[in-house]
Amino acid sequence: MSYSTRKKTSTDNANCVQSRTDRRNTLMSGHRACQGCGEALAARCVLDAAYNATNGNIVVVNATGCLEVFSCVYPENAWNIPWLHSLFANAPSVASGVASAMRVSGKTKIRVIAQGGDGATTDIGMGALSGMFDRNDDVLYVCYDNQAYMNTGVQRSSSTPPLARTATTLPIGSYMGNDAKTGKNLPKIAIAHNIPYVATASIAHLFDLEQKVATAIGIRGSRYIHVHVPCPLGWGIQPSDTIKIARLAVDCGLFPLFEAKDGVVRTSFTISNIVPVEEYLKPQRRFAHLFGKNAAPNVIAHMQKLADENIKEYQLMGENTHG
Amino acid sequence: MLHQLEGSRAIAKAVALCRPNLICAYPITPQTHIVEELGEIVRSGELQNCEYLNVESEMAAISATIGSQAAGVRSYTATSSQGLLHMVEAVYNASGLDLPIVMTIGNRAIGSPINIWNDHSDAMAVRDAGWIMLFAESNQEAVNLHIQAFRIAETVKCPVMVCVDGFILTHAFERVNIPDQKEVDEFLPTYKQHITMDPVTPLAIGAMVPPEYFMEVRYMAHLKQQKSISVIEQVRDKFSDKFGGNSSGLFHKYNAQDVETIVVTMGSVAGTIRDVVDDINCKHGNKFGVLTLISYRPFPQDAIREILKSAKKVFVVEKAFAVGIGGILAQEIKLSLLRTNVPVISIIAGLGGKPITKSMLFDCLLENHQRDTKFLGLNDGLVKKKCSFAGDCCTNN
Repeated sequence: MSYSTRKKTSTDNANCVQSRTDRRNTLMSGHRACQGCGEALAARCVLDAAYNATNGNIVVVNATGCLEVFSCVYPENAWNIPWLHSLFANAPSVASGVASAMRVSGKTKIRVIAQGGDGATTDIGMGALSGMFDRNDDVLYVCYDNQAYMNTGVQRSSSTPPLARTATTLPIGSYMGNDAKTGKNLPKIAIAHNIPYVATASIAHLFDLEQKVATAIGIRGSRYIHVHVPCPLGWGIQPSDTIKIARLAVDCGLFPLFEAKDGVVRTSFTISNIVPVEEYLKPQRRFAHLFGKNAAPNVIAHMQKLADENIKEYQLMGENTHG
Repeated sequence: MLHQLEGSRAIAKAVALCRPNLICAYPITPQTHIVEELGEIVRSGELQNCEYLNVESEMAAISATIGSQAAGVRSYTATSSQGLLHMVEAVYNASGLDLPIVMTIGNRAIGSPINIWNDHSDAMAVRDAGWIMLFAESNQEAVNLHIQAFRIAETVKCPVMVCVDGFILTHAFERVNIPDQKEVDEFLPTYKQHITMDPVTPLAIGAMVPPEYFMEVRYMAHLKQQKSISVIEQVRDKFSDKFGGNSSGLFHKYNAQDVETIVVTMGSVAGTIRDVVDDINCKHGNKFGVLTLISYRPFPQDAIREILKSAKKVFVVEKAFAVGIGGILAQEIKLSLLRTNVPVISIIAGLGGKPITKSMLFDCLLENHQRDTKFLGLNDGLVKKKCSFAGDCCTNN
């Protein structure tokens, strides 16, 4: 089958919630995130879009992690919306409880969003998330995926890409970093739960991200958005390159952008100029051991294969090439 | 109205009368019948305006009640044993967030070795979590305590755990008086949320608290426990006014005035102990009394000291112990009796459902104890056979 495709247009940026002076700034300035933090940017964009789409009727449950730690250290608080942090592993369950409370008290206009990093989502809280999906509880769950445990100093998570260097996958001797055949594809796992809406998004494509949030927030039941967010500290990139690296991840095919409804992928975001994976990997210190004097062309070929498979599976090439 | 009911079903009926808006259900023996019955009550429409959530774990059960209670509705769940330990992190979180959740514990041993029978090891594992912990002696008391628990929790803004001995109470059929809905409505006001998740007045709940403030927050939790001592008594009085009868409070005293020896205990074994004490007093003169703690947290230390300080000897019979040290309640009783000369003998009994018989207790309470800690009914022979280093260091008797 072929998906419908979405391409970036010249008017997209002008229509962004982020480009408007009346945006809510759900996550206000003054928080303690690192310079160039992809997660902070994504969280504000996602929640501003949700705020905009619901006339301000959102409440947010946050898992423990960078986002929670940098945004709300007593007596300071950067959130401009109702916000509840309980624990690392239980954000989906807490959000299910909040959604039940809203339903039972007749406040059905208020939409519940749960959010967490990849550790909270793909590892420690995955059982809770699966339970929430299974019950189809009325929650939009957003994962900000920076591909490792950044808050504790860059350790491997099940979302860490193959061959990446983290504090617990240091490339030493013949060990080339994170094992090549490990890791979870959480968007696919979410789709397998047959929930009404699953999407992937990137902070490099803001309009697409905002559109997906606006779509998701209007649907009842469990919804999942997986946002790719570079981490300058953990990935070893310049803070000024966060968006550039995010865009390269999409453009090389390693992070495909798509939407799935009711268990089936329906839409993908086509890439105008596909780039080789090296262009994405090379600027990042976490992949530096794959280049230079210990270059490992065979493992880079493995990464290219993963990207190629995505390009084929999600039909990421221009519309003309679809069959 | 009087009913002949299984303990779990009676508890479920009492909980339903309190009109919770969210009930989280996850099965674990011996608590399961409680949430089963509540499911029936909700699905049949007997309890209106209540969400019944079948969750995927105990961690999810307590977490969903955290979410719903924070969003402003009365919330309830129940668990036992491994289930309580599975949710421990969130048990601390619920009290830290001042959420007046009510949870039933069908008390059961903790493995390994896995064991489904009754003791108090599960509740004791969370004794420092900042919850109010009430122990029921009978199914009637369990019913009364649950109705009071919601009022106590919502008055103090602190979660309450009602502990009910697994099987011994949860599965026992007894005649139980279940109050009318109208009376419970008059006793338990509609829940008014003290925190809220309202887009009009955004509030951040669950901030990280740095060293400048953390100790103060924990100290305030301590003050809250102390304050709740008087709240439990006030709620007991109001409950008595409304429903009559012996309506719990902090503890039950039985013949505890001017006697030589007082036996302190918690939970369903209190009835057996009272019988034994009656037998002893009958045979040997009026020498024994019983103090049954209902409120384990808050621990009513001053009142306990007043009752026990003139005794010549205190026995603490408890269904849990701290491995490597001994009785847990016994240590706290000893602490309450600091700077008195009252000796405290710790009797560890009924672990993992080991029967506690009248004759065992009768002999034990009259024995001249050489040691401070005794394991009631312990099969010394088995220990010596299976444990190569038991030898002379076997501390029993």
